[in-house]
Amino acid sequence: MKTKFAAVPYLIWMVVFTIVPLLLIIFFAFTTSEGGFTIANISAVGRYTDVIMKSIWLAAVATAICLLIAYPFAYILSRSPARQQQLSVMLIMLPMWMSFLLRTFAWMTLLEKTGLINRILGLFHIGPFEMINTPGAVVLGMVYNYVPFMILPLHSVMLKIDNSIIEAAQDLGASPLRVFFRVVLPLSFPGVSSGITMVFVPAVSTFIISRMLGGGSNLMIGDLIDMQFLGNAYNPHLGSAISLVLMVIILLCMSIMNQFDDDVDMEGAIL
Amino acid sequence: MNRHKGLSRFYTIVVMAFLYLPIIVLIVFSFNKNKSRGAWTGFTLDWYRKLLTNDMILSAFMNTLIVALVSSIFATVIGTAAAIGINGMNRWMKKALRTMTYIPIMSPEIIMGVSLMLLFVFLRTQLHLPLEMGLLTLILSHITFNIPYVIFNVLPKLRQMDKYAYDAALDLGCNPWQAFYKVVIPEIMPGITAGFLMAVTYSLDDFVISYFTAGPTSQTLPLAIWGQLRRRVSPEMNALSAIVFVVVLVLLLISNFSAIHRENRDKKAVGR
Repeated sequence: MKTKFAAVPYLIWMVVFTIVPLLLIIFFAFTTSEGGFTIANISAVGRYTDVIMKSIWLAAVATAICLLIAYPFAYILSRSPARQQQLSVMLIMLPMWMSFLLRTFAWMTLLEKTGLINRILGLFHIGPFEMINTPGAVVLGMVYNYVPFMILPLHSVMLKIDNSIIEAAQDLGASPLRVFFRVVLPLSFPGVSSGITMVFVPAVSTFIISRMLGGGSNLMIGDLIDMQFLGNAYNPHLGSAISLVLMVIILLCMSIMNQFDDDVDMEGAIL
Repeated sequence: MNRHKGLSRFYTIVVMAFLYLPIIVLIVFSFNKNKSRGAWTGFTLDWYRKLLTNDMILSAFMNTLIVALVSSIFATVIGTAAAIGINGMNRWMKKALRTMTYIPIMSPEIIMGVSLMLLFVFLRTQLHLPLEMGLLTLILSHITFNIPYVIFNVLPKLRQMDKYAYDAALDLGCNPWQAFYKVVIPEIMPGITAGFLMAVTYSLDDFVISYFTAGPTSQTLPLAIWGQLRRRVSPEMNALSAIVFVVVLVLLLISNFSAIHRENRDKKAVGR
């Protein structure tokens, strides 16, 4: 039976709606509005080097904080009773089911100058602090929105670490620190690398978090792209060039992460 | 050892508090009389009432449902067929197609949104196809990012399936079509359902790709929320998020408890 032909509609769909659009980005990035070849768009991206570097920096900081928060959390979770784990995983996923925009909006309510945190601090005559519209607020928004993407793959990998392996290491005289660095950490590495990708990719390309929590002064790559396509600075050719740079950054990040583990089962990490 | 346990519990609670604090604030302030978001001035249900009479939000809600259902149905059909096709391929082709299927999942949403926008503009201006930005372009885009979720839910079920069940059905006198929908479809149905539900949720919640492909006339709920947020305030948004949160919470609790219930029943059955 030639069942493989059942995939033909999908193949056509993918070519038209995924491959061709990506090629269009490359085409637009290297052409002028008259259709001639140019590298002016790509070199114009150089003007935004500071924005690009800042995006990478903020996303990297947020990814590192996510890892620091998520790693102990996922470990504690993976060692607790099964029923409790089920409930905790559900509780972690529940906020993700709420609109991303509304959750970020909630942080606006909290961080504003007349927001809740400043009002509560005001009762003790502290502050008010300038919290919203700072790079710190953008990082906070990223950590808040993406930390579940770090917890879940870490948890699913740590779940597979057999307790008897840890006990064996302890019985053979390894100190707790040594058990951690020689047993737990290496075994959890696939989860770490897929968690890093799953946090860094959306964080570096966001424009909502930077717009809502960063005010106008903390532009990111996503904001630049948005401005070229739907904003005042309409220029899809420059926008495509910036998108191309973003794609290269993300491919670099992913290939670095793939160096560490050559065979991650992505299905498990995503579903 | 006990000290460790206490510390672990404390840490878990702190992280959970961090995840839930903003949501609790939103819900509490959806009952606040005052329009400003800082101060509590008294209990009211006005924002819920206003929300239910807000035509813009209600029509956006309808659009969201239409786009989610139509795109998920198409994605489920195309995706299930694709999974069956991929399952019947040789190793090399399988790998190539799986890699291709990861592209929409792994590439940033903004790139997908922008590239689809370029495609629709290109098709309209260069090939003169009647593709005005609107519900149609929204549905096409949502199908595109939903198909991979269906494929990755159906593929494992196909792999688990007994290879010879289909052949056995043929031997027992089914024609290929009968064998397909009497044997293969029931076997992979859990995967199809899971893929469909996942597609619906991703579609309901999508903002970025819709933002680039919707055009000015057809708004979905996340787009309406974005429009409201730019004009600031609007406690109606708090009310809306509270409703969404409670609905999702109830659905998850029901599914979780029915799972636990089933588990207990199974255990009892085994015990007997």
